[in-house]
Parts: sequence; structure tokens; C-alpha cells
Amino acid sequence: MEITHTHSKSHTGYGGYVLIWLILIGLTVLTVSVSGIDFGNATLPLALLIATIKSVLVINIFMHIKHEDKIFRLFIGVALLILIVAFVFTAFDVFFR
Amino acid sequence: MTHQAHDNSYVSYLDYKGKHSGIWAWLLSTDHKRIGLMYLTGIMLFFVAGMSLGFVMKTEMLSRGETLVDAQTYNALFTLHGVIMIFLVIIPGIPAAFGNFFLPIQIGAKDVSFPRLNLFSFWLYMAGGVVALSSLFLQGGPIDTGWTFYVPYSLRTNTNVSLALLAAFLLGFSSILTGLNFITTVHRLRAPGMGFFRMPLFIWALYSTAWIQVIATPVIGITIVLVIVERLFSIGIFDPALGGDPILFQHLFWIYSHPAVYIMILPAMGVVSEIIPTFAKRTIFGYKAIAFSSLAIAFIGYFVWAHHMFTSGMSDLARIIFSLFTFLVAIPSGVKVFNWVATLYKGSIEPRVPFLFVMMFIFLFSIGGLTGLVLGNLATNIHTHGTYFVVAHFHYVMFGGTVIILFGALHYWFPKMFGRMYNEKVATVSVILIFIGFNGLYFTMFILGYMGMPRRYWDYLPEYQLLHTISAIGAYILIAGILLMLHNLWKALRKGPKAVQNPWGGVTLEWTVPSPPPLENFDEIPIITHGPYEFPEAKGVK
Amino acid sequence: MREATYNEQVTDGTMNIKETNPISHAVSEPHPHVHRDDIGSKLGMWLFLFTEILLFGGLFILYMAYRFQYSEAFHIAARDLNVNIGTLNTIILLTSSLTMALSIAAIQKGKRILSMTLIASTIAFAAAFMVNKYFEWGAKFAHGIYPGSSHLLEKEKGEIIFFGLYYSMTGLHGIHVMVGIILLSIMFVSVWRGKTNPDKFIILENSGLYWHLVDLIWIFLFPLFYLIH
Repeated sequence: MEITHTHSKSHTGYGGYVLIWLILIGLTVLTVSVSGIDFGNATLPLALLIATIKSVLVINIFMHIKHEDKIFRLFIGVALLILIVAFVFTAFDVFFR
Repeated sequence: MTHQAHDNSYVSYLDYKGKHSGIWAWLLSTDHKRIGLMYLTGIMLFFVAGMSLGFVMKTEMLSRGETLVDAQTYNALFTLHGVIMIFLVIIPGIPAAFGNFFLPIQIGAKDVSFPRLNLFSFWLYMAGGVVALSSLFLQGGPIDTGWTFYVPYSLRTNTNVSLALLAAFLLGFSSILTGLNFITTVHRLRAPGMGFFRMPLFIWALYSTAWIQVIATPVIGITIVLVIVERLFSIGIFDPALGGDPILFQHLFWIYSHPAVYIMILPAMGVVSEIIPTFAKRTIFGYKAIAFSSLAIAFIGYFVWAHHMFTSGMSDLARIIFSLFTFLVAIPSGVKVFNWVATLYKGSIEPRVPFLFVMMFIFLFSIGGLTGLVLGNLATNIHTHGTYFVVAHFHYVMFGGTVIILFGALHYWFPKMFGRMYNEKVATVSVILIFIGFNGLYFTMFILGYMGMPRRYWDYLPEYQLLHTISAIGAYILIAGILLMLHNLWKALRKGPKAVQNPWGGVTLEWTVPSPPPLENFDEIPIITHGPYEFPEAKGVK
Repeated sequence: MREATYNEQVTDGTMNIKETNPISHAVSEPHPHVHRDDIGSKLGMWLFLFTEILLFGGLFILYMAYRFQYSEAFHIAARDLNVNIGTLNTIILLTSSLTMALSIAAIQKGKRILSMTLIASTIAFAAAFMVNKYFEWGAKFAHGIYPGSSHLLEKEKGEIIFFGLYYSMTGLHGIHVMVGIILLSIMFVSVWRGKTNPDKFIILENSGLYWHLVDLIWIFLFPLFYLIH
């Protein structure tokens, strides 16, 4: 029985992380500056869209998912799918009362 | 079959000496088998406690008016009965006890992925149990909200709600950690050659269950925390006086608690899928169908929670959608039952004790499942909601389903776990008593509920007298059967004859190791070359 | 799905709670073999993160429902929140996420001191976040806006709920930040003592995952509470 090390490979380099950080700060500035503007019904979805882009970056780069096995992505997909189900099915009640 | 291939040249997990001694050799052991056994002990003790509360309740209902306890005590009784049975017996029941013991063995591993975490989750279980019981005796008195802790009453009552909720939180955390451990173990520690489709179906069931434990339990965690915070600081989130919406509590509660129903039943279905091939000496019919139906049940289980809330005043659209999805759950459940029955077809069936439990399960669970359709249907739900019909339904599925299989699993794996055999004749008698008592106790409740007897009531109208009496007598028979069964097992544990390695002629991996198994299960990790249920002597088994 | 699986005891990884070593009990196996399964540890960590996501998920569901029900009141109540502090805290947390990711990259390259410096700066950012939070909450309390206060109870129901959610969600998040500070301090010591090293850094990676999750949750909390007027 041999000892098998299942190391993860090295991920993004320093520069890559700093770049992502700059984008994240940029998106934060964007979302704050547009919050004063009234987009009507689109205001909330726009804020959530920016937040989603930010989280995709964090998950993929900072949390290394881009470099991990497929199984991690599958797991995250399952968890998020179920979270979304909980939101949507609750909405069937509270939005239609 | 080779008997005791290793003779006495090994030290079993029961006998080895570690660095701790006495009780600490158990309480600090990270061996999955010892942890499983400790869970089993805890679960059986709590089961007896919950059963005793049930006994008092049925005796109270034997006649009208005050028979044994007053109304407030009765409220506390059914609450505690529910809390103990659900959170301390049924949810941990099969996964924590038998899952811990047999999951690593059945996939050919030496232990789970995180053994210390496993021990930690057992401690959380014990801590939860202690907190739950201490809420009984501390000032404020035992809780009276029902096991569902519905707001706003749970915000207003002066009983020890916060403490009981804390207990539920700890137990939930314990359940999460067990699930996390099992998922990782199944992914990482399968023996060479054991692909997903060579895993025993019990493992598939545990795997599906583990996903529910991980994904659903946190939702009840936050709900519990919010109720405690609401009681302490009046943040208003669930309090209608401050603008909160109690129905949202129900949503969050059932987002967990409905999938939790599948945490309870899926492992039982897994055990059934183990026992049936062993006693029919045939490979399981529709392996993949059963495996995927476990996943399907776990998944669809997330779409149906609000069928517990049809009369709560939620939107009609939601009621229709949740009712529809509720019917869909019947499909994978049906797939399982039909495949089991098909496995039995032309099998050489040996109706020994574990098999009898399985037959009882199929009968009782089918009744439970079919009456579930009555409740899942919007129109008939209005009539039966909040009546004894619901009580009967969930006892048929939870008790007739999970607990009966908990007993069945105990009888199936008892010789493996303890290396001793019980008296099968006595066990058969206890099975018959349990069957008669069970139906006497709960079938009458269907009729009572249909007639309009509300659940959780301490008293009743004269026209219900006869059925309540029959029900109570059924309860006594049932309890007698359970006590006989426990006595039989206890006797076997102390001085039963030595069990052989493979008393039933099973073919999954646990039957290839000695009874009781050695510390790390396998001398050498097996290499798997075929599916889990291939019987070499498939044709003529004596 | 990875089919390569291993059967050794896994005694490594962040999931270790107690100091008892299961192998040391062994009598049947005189030369126990300790195997590391870094992917297994990480899988376990991600599963744990899912429980965190679902924990907050429950609160976000409540937020959705109440925002729909009391959308006017939410807009009014949100005016009482300080956007500048919120933005500052967002930037602080994002930056702490950067230093966290960099510290893992540093340890992989064998730069122990750099890694320790980066972990220390992550802790410092986390502390700064909490200090800001302290002043923010303190100012609210000074204005009489806290759960159960008579000033708050005079307001509309929707505003009471807004602040109920605000306190419970940012409060729970704050608890996670504090846990993160403790966790990262342990990591600092671990790198210092060489227990976490270029050959074995899965614990640091898992702590990093936790820290990024704390950041992720804030990414959603920030616009939902501070940017809705």
C-alpha cells in the first residue's frame, strides 16, 4: 500500500489574484455609484447581478474552483440548485397570496 | 460458506485494548463500530423513554376525562414524545447506528473519512439528549408546543422552549457532521474496484440521506436560532405583533422537516434492499432503479414541504404546486416497492426473523404511503388535517417504516455486531405481537381521524370511546411485543450462542469479515470484481 | 467522479476535532499507516460550506419575503444605514480575501514569512471590519434603534422587521468574522511552527475557503441592506 499524496496543483499566481481583486473593487464602486440612480424594477436585479458576478469570481479564483476536480463543481451545483428551489417555492406562496 | 475463517487469531473491536480503559475506551474511541454501537445504545434508551410517554398517553385516553394526567401534562407528554422520537430516535436511528457500523465495512474501508469528527458528532448527540431531558426538570417546566415549535405560541409560552430548541440545534449539528462524513467517505474510501454501481443499496440510501442531512438541516438550524433570538430580544421576525409572519416560520421549519422525513425513511429502505436479496437468495431486481430512486426521493423531497401547510392560509398557487409535487414522490417510492416484490418472485425465500420485519415493513409502509395520498390531496386534506388521521399516517410511515426496520436491521446484523445469536422463536413471537398491536393501535386512529377526532386533544366525545379503547389495548400488545423483543436481544447479548461469520448467507462485504469484526475490519482491503448481490449458489440453497 | 479511492485511515485535515489518534488503538496492525487525503478534506470542507450557505439561505428567504411584503418601509428604513461604512467594510473584506488567497500562494512557493505576514494582514483587516461594525451598531444604539427599543417600536412594522433582519443577518455574519479571526490566528501559529508547510497546507487552504465564504455572504448582504434607497 503506497502513500499517495493528492496535492492540489498550484493555482493562480500573485498577479492574477491582484487583478481579480481590482475587478472586485471596481464592481463594488460600480454597484455603489449606480445605487443612487433609479432603474425602477431593474434596481434590485441589477444589484444582485453585480453581486453574483463578484461571487463567481471569488468562487472560481480565490476559492480555486477553476482548478479543482469536476466533482466540486457538481457539488456546488447541487447545493445551489436546492437553495434556488427553496427560494422559488417559497415565492410561490408569498408572492401570490 | 466458510465459517470463522480467522478462528480466534484476531482481536475483535469489542475486545481490543487501546490507550484508554473502562468507559473511556468507548467514549473516546474513534472506531466507527464502537461509535455506531454507542449511538445504538443511546437510541434504544431514548426509544424506551419515548415509548413510556406513549404508554402514559394511551392510558390517559383509555377513558374520557382525567384518567392519569391533567391536560397541561398531556401537552407536555405529546411534545416530549415527539421531540424524543423524532430528534433522538428516528433521525439518527439507522444512519448513525447502523450506518456508522456498516458503511465503512460495506465499501471495504477501515473507517470513515473523519473518525474524530465522527466521535465529535456522537458527543453532540449526547449533549443534545442531555439538554433535551434537562429541559424537563428545570424551572419553566417541560415544553408544551408540540414537536413542531410553531410560532407564535412557542414565543409566548413560559415553558422551556429555548432549551429544547438548543437541544434540537445540537442534534441537527450532529446530524450534519455525520452526513458530511458519510458523503466524503463514500467518495474517497471505496475499495479498489468498487464503483458507484457496485455499492450495496444500503450505501446508496445512506449517501442520499447524507446529502439531505447536509443541505436541509442548516435551514432548521437558523430557524431555531431565530426563535431563540426572538424570545430573548424581540427582533420581530416571527412575531405577528411586530410585523412578522408566522407562516414563514412554517415554511422554514418544513423546508428542513419534510426532507427530514426522507432522512428517516431512506436508510430504512436501504436496509430493506439488503435484507431482501439475502433471504430470497437472488440478486436484487432493478439495482439501478432502486439506487436512483433513492437519489430521486432525496431530490424531490425538497419540492414538497408545504404540503404540511395546506390549511395555514398560504396562496392557492403554492397549494396546487406543492400538492402536485407531493404526488410525484409516490413514483420513486413505488419503484422501490415493486422492485422488492419482483426480487422475491421465484426466489428461494427463507422467512427468518429479519425477513419477517421486512414483510411487516412493506405492509405497514404501503398503508402509510397510500394514506399519504389522501393527505397530499388538497380537498381531502381539508377534512383530515389536524386529526388522528395524520397521527395514524405518520406512525405508519415513521414507526411502521423506520422503526420496524430499525428492529429488523438489529436482528439482521445482531450476530455480526455482537458475535452472538438470539433465540429466533422468541423473536418470531415478538414480531407477531408487534404486528397485531401496531395495527390495533394505529389503524383505529385512521377511523377516529376520519370521524373527526382532533390530534393533541386530552379528552374526547363519547362516540369515540370504543375506538380509543381498542387503540389503547393495541398499544399494550405492541409494548408487550417490543419488551419481549428487547428482552430476547438482551439475553442473547449476555449468553447467546456464538454466531458464525455468515449466519444468513449474505454476500455483501460485512459477511466476509469475522463476527464481531476486528478493529480495522479487513486484514487486507478487498478488491471488488462484481456487483453487491451476486449469489454463487443462486439455484439450490438449502 | 473520481474512481481512485484509498483505504487508509485519514487522520489529517481540518476536520480533526480531538487529539485521540484512532490508529494508536490498533493491535491488529502494528505498523499503522497514516494516509493523507487532501481532496477528501477539501470535499468535507466544501460540504461544510454548503451548510453555511443554507444557514444564511434561510435568512435570505425571509429577507425576500419581507422585502416583498414591506418594500416601502424597507426603503425608508435603509436610509438610516451608513453607506460609507458599508462600502468601506466591503472593500476591507475583499482585500482580506486577497491577502488570504495570496498567503496560500506564498506557502505553496515556500515563502513562510510572506505567508505569515499575509495571514496577519488578513486578521488585521478582519479586526478592522469588526471595529467598523462596532461603531456602526453603536451609532444605531445611540439613536435608539435596536431590537425591542421604544423608539423602534413606534416605527412602522416593516421598519421593525428591516432592523430585525439587519441585526440578525449582520450579527450572524459578524460572529462568523470573529470565528474567522480565531481560525486564522491558529493558522498563523501553524505556519510559524512549520506544521503548515509547502508540503502540507490543506488546513490553510480550508481556512481560506471559510474566509472567502464569509466574504461571499457579505457581497450579498451589502447591496441588500445598504443600497436600497
